[in-house]
Amino acid sequence: MLDFLAMNLRPLYAVALALTASALIYILGEHVHRNVREAITFAAAVLMAADVYSMIPSVLAGEEIKLEVFRIVKGISFTFNVDPAGMIFAFVASTLWILTSLYSVGYMRGHDEKNQTGYYAAFAMCLCATMGLCFAANLLTFFIFFEILTVATYPLVVHYRDEKGKKSGHKYLAYTLISGQIFFAAIVIIYVFTGTMDFVPGGFVATDTLPMPWACIVFFMMVGAGIVKAGVMPLHSWLPAAMVAPTPVSALLHAVAVVKAGAFCTLRVVLYVFGPEAAKACHGAEILAWMAVATIIVSSMIAIRKNNLKARLAYSTVGQLSYIVLGICILNPFAATGAMYHIIAHAFLKITLFMCAGAIFVTTHKTDITEMVGIGRRMPLTMTAFTLASVGIAGFPFFAGFVSKANIIMGAVEAGKPIYAATFVVSALLALVYLLPVIFIAFRKDVVNPEFAERGEANWRMLVPLLITAVVSIVLGCAPNLGFHLYDIATMAGNSIFGAFTL
Amino acid sequence: MTKNLPILIVLLPLIAAQLCLLLSKIHRHVGRWIVITAVSASLVMSVIQLLEVIDKGPVHYYFGNYKAPIGIEFSIDTVNAMILILICILGLLTCLFSNEFNQVSDETIIGGMNTVMCLLITGLLGMTSTGDVFNLYVFLEITSLSAYCLIAMGGNKGVVAAYRYMLVGTIAATLYLLGVAVLYANTGTLNMADMSEILNDGEYDDAMLLAMVLFVASFGIKMALFPFHGWQPAAYTHADTSARPLIAGAMGKIPAYAMFRYLFCVYGTDFKYFDYFLKVLGVLSVCAMLYGSIRAIGQKDMRKLLAYSSVAQIGYISLGFAIGTPVALAGAFLHMFGHAFMKAGLFFCVGAIVYRYGKFSLDDVGRIYKKMPLTCGLLVIAALSMVGIPPAVGFFSKWYLGLAAAKQADWIYLAVLVVSSLLNAVYFFRLIEQFFINEDRNLSQIKERGRIEASAWILIPVVVCFVAILALGLCNVKIVNILLMTLGEVGLC
Repeated sequence: MLDFLAMNLRPLYAVALALTASALIYILGEHVHRNVREAITFAAAVLMAADVYSMIPSVLAGEEIKLEVFRIVKGISFTFNVDPAGMIFAFVASTLWILTSLYSVGYMRGHDEKNQTGYYAAFAMCLCATMGLCFAANLLTFFIFFEILTVATYPLVVHYRDEKGKKSGHKYLAYTLISGQIFFAAIVIIYVFTGTMDFVPGGFVATDTLPMPWACIVFFMMVGAGIVKAGVMPLHSWLPAAMVAPTPVSALLHAVAVVKAGAFCTLRVVLYVFGPEAAKACHGAEILAWMAVATIIVSSMIAIRKNNLKARLAYSTVGQLSYIVLGICILNPFAATGAMYHIIAHAFLKITLFMCAGAIFVTTHKTDITEMVGIGRRMPLTMTAFTLASVGIAGFPFFAGFVSKANIIMGAVEAGKPIYAATFVVSALLALVYLLPVIFIAFRKDVVNPEFAERGEANWRMLVPLLITAVVSIVLGCAPNLGFHLYDIATMAGNSIFGAFTL
Repeated sequence: MTKNLPILIVLLPLIAAQLCLLLSKIHRHVGRWIVITAVSASLVMSVIQLLEVIDKGPVHYYFGNYKAPIGIEFSIDTVNAMILILICILGLLTCLFSNEFNQVSDETIIGGMNTVMCLLITGLLGMTSTGDVFNLYVFLEITSLSAYCLIAMGGNKGVVAAYRYMLVGTIAATLYLLGVAVLYANTGTLNMADMSEILNDGEYDDAMLLAMVLFVASFGIKMALFPFHGWQPAAYTHADTSARPLIAGAMGKIPAYAMFRYLFCVYGTDFKYFDYFLKVLGVLSVCAMLYGSIRAIGQKDMRKLLAYSSVAQIGYISLGFAIGTPVALAGAFLHMFGHAFMKAGLFFCVGAIVYRYGKFSLDDVGRIYKKMPLTCGLLVIAALSMVGIPPAVGFFSKWYLGLAAAKQADWIYLAVLVVSSLLNAVYFFRLIEQFFINEDRNLSQIKERGRIEASAWILIPVVVCFVAILALGLCNVKIVNILLMTLGEVGLC
């Protein structure tokens, strides 16, 4: 008899839940009450999170959760495998989906948006793809979900169906489809040369699999798809453009799911396909690291000049994602652990910031920072959460951002790359430079802006999620291991990759 | 009974075609249902036949029990058994689909239309099954003549397009006949298997070269391979709406299969100039993939856009031939099946829109998804499949083609596959944008919608294609394994 609660079926459930939710919403959406429609999203989100949480103990115990679903092409199976790295990303995405769904309801209704059915359906589809690529055990399975994610995000980018949205949509597609197709070609090449596709901690490409200039070219063909989604400069410009989407989309997808999928893709390619040795031997990791360094500095500079709050946050995201990329490319266990923990840390911090921006927009219709003078008087809780998240982004101790950053800096020092370490310090200062003015403007005491004299927070549906994420980011900073042992999982992932390499 | 399957599959539609015109005099529906019944029966039989071929190996059927070199032979292996199923399915769907069109016009036209459609199906089935080079010519002519009629029935412009196709098509048929004559003069046989043996034994390289040049040109014209595609966009555009899915979905594929048959089965890898032909095919396919896509980008008429896209997609199939390994051939045939459903599906969508709104232009269909969600759902899936987004079938055929190209170190082919997918993305996302994003045109309906967005006869084919695109993608391993049972023995190793 089939055991439906079998451990190894759970990754499939996570994917299937979101897929079913998406299909149900699309088919029923227009025919049922909107509360029923949103209930589908919630049910899927909660079940999915429960499903993901239930796998954490096995991951911690080092048990293998592997499921071969069927043969997808000749010689390669459609396989799920839950490993520590995938677990971290899955945890973040599934947890934040619940909160974002609540927030979405507040935002979309508060803002009276059109096409909500399509919105929720596409959202669930994105989560389905994200879960799939978290748990994908080989390159082909990964690529399938990666492409689904690319396509499923498109309707969200063009949500408003206006000229601006269309332009951003074109830009988004151009960047992601081109890099995706090149990724495809690279997968084919890797398969022809190695005969395998399965992710292995520490990589399966040998240093001499490909002759030298080609190794580097194939490395970048593969990693290109990842760094486009992760917004590493000069391939970042779709990300600020995609901010035309509704704010919950920017919050979950353009700060968590999609861009982190890019970072995660980089992680998989560098550490699970090429592996530290081959990545080092072909110089790809080093070049990529320098690109990340440049991105961190330049994007922060640009962020300072942006007056639109969402645009400023978008450039901040670009920079923060390069932390992860840089952490991966330093190629040692500390930095890798830090990079993985930063996936969690940045997710909670940045989603808080975006949710605040959305809450401000829905309540006051303000998008520009200069118009927000004294807004702290009207929305004290929102702005407090914003403040907390801002200092967290800058990497203050007792915030989640500190834990990850400290790890990466230790890694950089250990690897003998002081410039990388210095980059993080400079970037922390720059983060303060672009985020603190927002707070100062919001909490100005000397001018009383008549618009913001009365106290009036956003709808509870929007307020609660952003307060929760702000609190969680402090909790994770003070006690990184509390509850779900996330830090242990990150360390496990780091050790599994470098276990054979450094020790 | 099972012994006679190969001939029955072809014979039933042929008989139905004769009866159809006659019975349509009684009532316009009788003829139609005769055709539908016959094609369904052929479909069932071809499925049985495929199972049998998988089980027991290739089937040879000799007409009147005259053995090979003298009698006519039908030879069925796993590849053409599957193509037969494909033709039957598409034929059946198109017949059902055409139920809703031409309801008002007079009975002779409807009867004639169904007769011709049935003849087209017969011709395609025959071309696929036959193992005799001259018999192939006969079925090629049946196919061509019925196609001319169906295209000409699409109105005034259709007549012009059909005339043009007829001129070119006749040349193609003549070239083919010349090629057959050359081979016959040298070998003295018309049976493919027999001919293959004789050709491999003796020194006929020059005659074979001449014949192959003629065949490539002839089938190139028939399958609309660049640069022989001139007739195709106009023909697809102006063909009768109800017959277009069959014409676009299946008609171009069968000459491609015939070309494969000659190149790989009759001639084989021992042929002295084999590699040259693969190179030539490769160059033509690459040009087709790029040219077709680029031309498609510029089109405003949905039908023309899809027609040019077909020029590009045929290039994928011939690219598989040009790479020449069993995996590449399997990819080519998988793409043949996949593309048949994608393109037929897209033309079903266009047909559904025409049925309700009578519009062909891309500019007129803004946000039509609100009125026809199901149709637009298929359109998106088919379009994504064309671009090669998993898990639709287009991705998997591209995967096999790409894999084979990389194995043979044909990096240019791999690069062209990538570029071509991106070009596809340009015009298919433009199409999607039109359907989902651009301003609503407030179209006035020709036909009132009922409880569902179009009549069931239109929606059934739409849904079937939708399912087929995903199912072919997810079950591709099974299909490729079946294909490789035959293809494993031909092609480069």
